[in-house]
Amino acid sequence: MSSPLEPGDGAPRLEAGRCRDCSAVTFPLRERCPSCGGDLERFLLPERGTLWTWTTQGFEPPSPPYLAEGSGFEPFAVGYVEFDGLLRVEGRLTESDPERLRIGMPMEVVALELGDRVTYAFNPVDE
Amino acid sequence: MSAQPEIAIVGAGIHPFGRHDGIGGLAMGVHAVRDALADAGVTWPEIQFAYGGSEDAGNADTMVADLGPTGLPFVNVKNGCATGGSSLVSTVLALESGAYDVGLVVGFDKHPRGAFRNDPADWSLPAWYGEDGLMVTTQFFGAKLQRYMHDHGIPSRTLAQVAEKAFHNGALTPHAWRRTPLSAEEILAAPMLAHPLTQYMLCSPGEGAAALVVCRREYLARLPEARPVWLRSVAFRTRRPGSFEVFSPSLPLELAPSPSVDAAREAFERAGAGPGDVDVAQVQDTESGAELIHLAECGLCEHGEQAELYATGATGIDGRLPVNTDGGCLANGEPVGASGLRQVCEVVTQLRGEAGARQVPGRPQLGFTHVYGAPGVSACTVLSR
Repeated sequence: MSSPLEPGDGAPRLEAGRCRDCSAVTFPLRERCPSCGGDLERFLLPERGTLWTWTTQGFEPPSPPYLAEGSGFEPFAVGYVEFDGLLRVEGRLTESDPERLRIGMPMEVVALELGDRVTYAFNPVDE
Repeated sequence: MSAQPEIAIVGAGIHPFGRHDGIGGLAMGVHAVRDALADAGVTWPEIQFAYGGSEDAGNADTMVADLGPTGLPFVNVKNGCATGGSSLVSTVLALESGAYDVGLVVGFDKHPRGAFRNDPADWSLPAWYGEDGLMVTTQFFGAKLQRYMHDHGIPSRTLAQVAEKAFHNGALTPHAWRRTPLSAEEILAAPMLAHPLTQYMLCSPGEGAAALVVCRREYLARLPEARPVWLRSVAFRTRRPGSFEVFSPSLPLELAPSPSVDAAREAFERAGAGPGDVDVAQVQDTESGAELIHLAECGLCEHGEQAELYATGATGIDGRLPVNTDGGCLANGEPVGASGLRQVCEVVTQLRGEAGARQVPGRPQLGFTHVYGAPGVSACTVLSR
């Protein structure tokens, strides 16, 4: 799996797992449910959530494991987005200006091109 | 406090922390061991067993090549940030079992410069997590702290005051790495590395070593010159489901308390003491926010009380609750294997009244140490004169 992004026909979604026994939702999808050891079925998270916390990455991460984007490092932000009633998922944010990030703001899942890879990110939604 | 303590620390040794080109981690460990032995008045052949370890700098048991292959059982410990704590717990249990009378604990490390590099495969994580740029410890510090400050009303200025205190104390500490005081304004104005943390609010991986000679009460009869400090308790815990730890691609909605909460509570209970009895404390300050969060998690203050504590100087050397009197990780850097034992060495020095320019006034009676690290481990000790 190169990314948990599920492009789909409409809005991109994130692939998670839901336990057939205890219904717990797990991200990323694993072999077994970490709560009860039960079987997991594929489960797509909602398109939108809210920003639960965030920070910035002000220096280039050690590479590997980071796949450098090529032409010079640009600081980026990361955060956890809360999907209502389910769980909080970590990922890169499309907005890196601390002045424009606020805990509780609505976010949507988007595709993010990093070099020749495509992964997911969270993008602020205009309220 | 509980009945007569049975386990004493009689020797403490440190190799200065920082960067030491040309000196290996094991050599620093040997230096710390020799200092601890001399401090205890114990010779190496008298040491009956040893525990020791490092994360990146080799096998502790090979130190016998320099110290002397006396045939003693020497156990290597590799347990991340809890390496020192785990070694000390094992040492105490070995002494309490009655199998031995005197033993040695040593921790040392020597990390490459720059941020720690971690492979997702080593952490049971998918490759994309690292490729996306999420495999960075500082992101966890910043994200956990951002939420904590939001929930408990703590301003960025408090973070700067933590670092200001660390460098002030580091300047007074011969074994510290960073010995130049910095003002809160300089700390706030430094480059932002992991919002809300600036460059000087984060400690760096570094180098150094620390060692302790530990014995049973009865053994003190053989050490008339000893200045023992009593190890009232040690506790070592790992995370429970739902605790917010480094390298977590997701978190549940209901978070569990940190292992620091469990370890501190157990340490105080075993010691028959409470957080209010502590005269000097060393808590894990990987970054400024960690010190604030850990003080509350260990019960040394309330969540949200930190802004006032730091604004009023209560955590300074002459304050009501002196914290990280040798400058902590911020001023000493973090050689992972050595860090937890450095904290214990510092409390031993303070309780003996031998801390010189950084001595806590008023003859402190009770000390506390707390170490915390990935992936959710914590070890705490309670010590007394």
